[in-house]
Amino acid sequence: MSAINLDRGVGAGAVAPAHAAHEEVNYLNHETTVASWLLTLDHKRIGLLYLLTITVAFVLGGFFAGIIRLELLTPKGDLLTSDTYNKSFTAHGVVMIFLFLIPSIPAVLGNFLLPIMIGTKDVAFPRLNLLSYYIYLGGGFFLALSLLFGGVDTGWTFYTPFSSTYSNSNVMVAAIGVFVIGFSSILTGLNFIVTVHRMRAPGMHWFKMPLFVWAIYATSLVQVLGTPVVAITVALVGFERFLGVGIFDPRLGGDPILFQHLFWFYSHPAVYIMILPSLGVASELVSTFSRKPLFGYSIIACSSIAIAVFGFIVWAHHMFTSGMSSYAAMVFSLLTFSVAIPSGIKVFSWLATMFKGSISYESPMIYALGFVGLFTIGGMTGLFLSTLGTDIHLHDTYFVVAHFHYIMVGGAIMGYMGGLHYWWPKMTGKMYNEYWAKIAAALIFVGFNFTFFPQFLLGYLGMPRRYHEYPEELQVMNVLSTTGATILFLGYAVPFFYLTYSVFFGPKAPANPWGATTLEWTECTSPPSPHNFDKTPTIPHESYDYSFLSKEAASVSH
Amino acid sequence: MSATNTPHSQKGPETTHGHHPALAHHFVSMSQQHEANILGMWVFLVTEVLFFGGMFCAYTVYRIKFNTVFQEASNQLDITLGCLNTVVLILSSLTMALAVRSAQMGKSKEILGYLAATAVLGAMFLGVKYFEWKHDFQVHLVPRADFCWEYAKEQRKHADHHDKDVAFLPKLIGKFVGHHEYDPAPTIDQIAQDQKNPESQQARMFFVLYFAMTGVHAIHMIVGFGLIAAVAFFASKNTYGPEYYTPVEVLGLYWHFVDIVWIFLFPLLYLLGAHLGAGHGH
Repeated sequence: MSAINLDRGVGAGAVAPAHAAHEEVNYLNHETTVASWLLTLDHKRIGLLYLLTITVAFVLGGFFAGIIRLELLTPKGDLLTSDTYNKSFTAHGVVMIFLFLIPSIPAVLGNFLLPIMIGTKDVAFPRLNLLSYYIYLGGGFFLALSLLFGGVDTGWTFYTPFSSTYSNSNVMVAAIGVFVIGFSSILTGLNFIVTVHRMRAPGMHWFKMPLFVWAIYATSLVQVLGTPVVAITVALVGFERFLGVGIFDPRLGGDPILFQHLFWFYSHPAVYIMILPSLGVASELVSTFSRKPLFGYSIIACSSIAIAVFGFIVWAHHMFTSGMSSYAAMVFSLLTFSVAIPSGIKVFSWLATMFKGSISYESPMIYALGFVGLFTIGGMTGLFLSTLGTDIHLHDTYFVVAHFHYIMVGGAIMGYMGGLHYWWPKMTGKMYNEYWAKIAAALIFVGFNFTFFPQFLLGYLGMPRRYHEYPEELQVMNVLSTTGATILFLGYAVPFFYLTYSVFFGPKAPANPWGATTLEWTECTSPPSPHNFDKTPTIPHESYDYSFLSKEAASVSH
Repeated sequence: MSATNTPHSQKGPETTHGHHPALAHHFVSMSQQHEANILGMWVFLVTEVLFFGGMFCAYTVYRIKFNTVFQEASNQLDITLGCLNTVVLILSSLTMALAVRSAQMGKSKEILGYLAATAVLGAMFLGVKYFEWKHDFQVHLVPRADFCWEYAKEQRKHADHHDKDVAFLPKLIGKFVGHHEYDPAPTIDQIAQDQKNPESQQARMFFVLYFAMTGVHAIHMIVGFGLIAAVAFFASKNTYGPEYYTPVEVLGLYWHFVDIVWIFLFPLLYLLGAHLGAGHGH
């Protein structure tokens, strides 16, 4: 244990402190059997298990995206039949949302970092944490099964009565998958909420917590409150399909709009499950690479909670054209506009943090900068759609597709990639190749914009989503989009190689390569020891106190 | 290694001297562990509220839409048995609360006794439910292909007529052991005719919700039996005392929640049509 104490690097900057020559004990090498990984109760190892699994899901979801973009290269439906096309975009949506985006940052980075950031040894319920992972795998198994049986053609939204009565595809299997995965998400959220409430180290007050923790906490609230509703909703669709009862079937007095309400009551907040963690990551990155405390720390913290709360009262903006009282539509439109306030607060706070900061452009910061821009575009175009008049024109067009991809890919995945690069040295103990990382970040940014910006224009020109044929005059934009998707593919493929390479051949990472201030950098080795800390850390300074860091470094060098 | 402030923590990194054996390594103290577990259960119960909430929402929508028929359909349920079950379930919550108190005082025998009483009362509840559901099957009130609203109403009318002058207790006993005389089952044509009637469809919606809600509630009770068995097993080994009674309290929270769900289900499902009076067909 004393070896770990000696190894604790406190220096700022990217120079690695000299390490003891012998192999130190860390969470990766203290046990090495397969069982020690598959049955681990260590939140860090569970985070890595999730990382590997969701990477597989990302490749699968990306494969279907590729098929879709290839089909749309030409106006005629010459690659896929309409039926296969329907199944492809459904598979793309279901896999990306339920198997990749929702668990991405919370289950990988959140699992790894949340306990460390608040100075505790583990999450409150380690066994439940492992159970969440296996429930996730179980749900993923059902979704994979639904693909193997021939796929689902309802779209990821499972709208009734098509999903409950008419579709001949494997809706039941997929619904079971979604139902099961929901419980994984609920249990992860529950675990994080209790951890944040009850496990903080002495001195770690609420308003000393890193903003990533606030973001994950807000995300957990949404997971816990929203997911049970979609669980019971898909269960009711299952009852209806299996037993022939007519809860959502108009022929039997049922109301299909009720399904949409129940579905979006979860699935709109689910958008915030995907984006809120990225907002937290962006806060960490912007502060670290500007070497400045975050502007308006407490406001950013509260805006995460505000987004979680507002997220629950705007769901019906997905249904403006479904046949809803126009008064209800007005209220939902107004409420939707109000979500822009906490989101805007965050963007302005990041800009104010960067203002006169000493910014260094390491690869995580490049992702963060890309994130801020793309998230802003995604958010602002959301206002077009929440305006009742323009929504009539833009509803169910590629404008919507572009809008939510700017949030989901430009926002959530950029944040995930940025966070992964930022914490990679901490997770693996190895540095990756910074040159290639910058190239990949640039490729992703350029490829993403080429893919999705043309889709705004396509949508404005009236190209509806979910069709595999389109008029010839729209081909130029579609070719641009597919070209961009190819660049985007390269951008995602490159990190796969240099990150994998770094695990085996990368130089050893110092404890605090970025000169950051949160506990995982200042109090932990890279990679952390099995119980994170040698002794429970006391929290002498604010989360983003860079003067503290330099003082400590100065005192060590004496 | 150890993060506690106990004087024993200096002795060695691998042992946990001076700790309660139930204290997990990642908690600092028993009270932190207790509070974390209790909060965890409360958060879980919040998710349960929302899980049931989806069905309560569907119930509200259709009750407003099909107000009259929902009252009539509600009137087909047996209020006496519903009341009986409500009493049984509230009693089981009492015995559960007493079990928690016994755990806090470390009286293992008492815990076992109260848990057994809770389980027996819970089983009584499901037993009564079994007879109710069986009756629903017999009078074609189950929302499946042979659902027949007219037939069910007729049967109810006959039964009420038949039981008109029977005293309360024999009538109650008759619900479990009596042999109802039902009319011959409706023919396929009668059923097909009946199901075209909007009133039949609306009544069917009531019974979809009735079976979904009471069914999911019953599943929660069955899970509760499993939890009771597990806690009883540890209680029999004298695990619980003033220092450590968290699992019993967590189980108690769960059981009370399942009880409270029923407190909402009972008036919404059983009492909705009570003012129509017994035997009121239309």
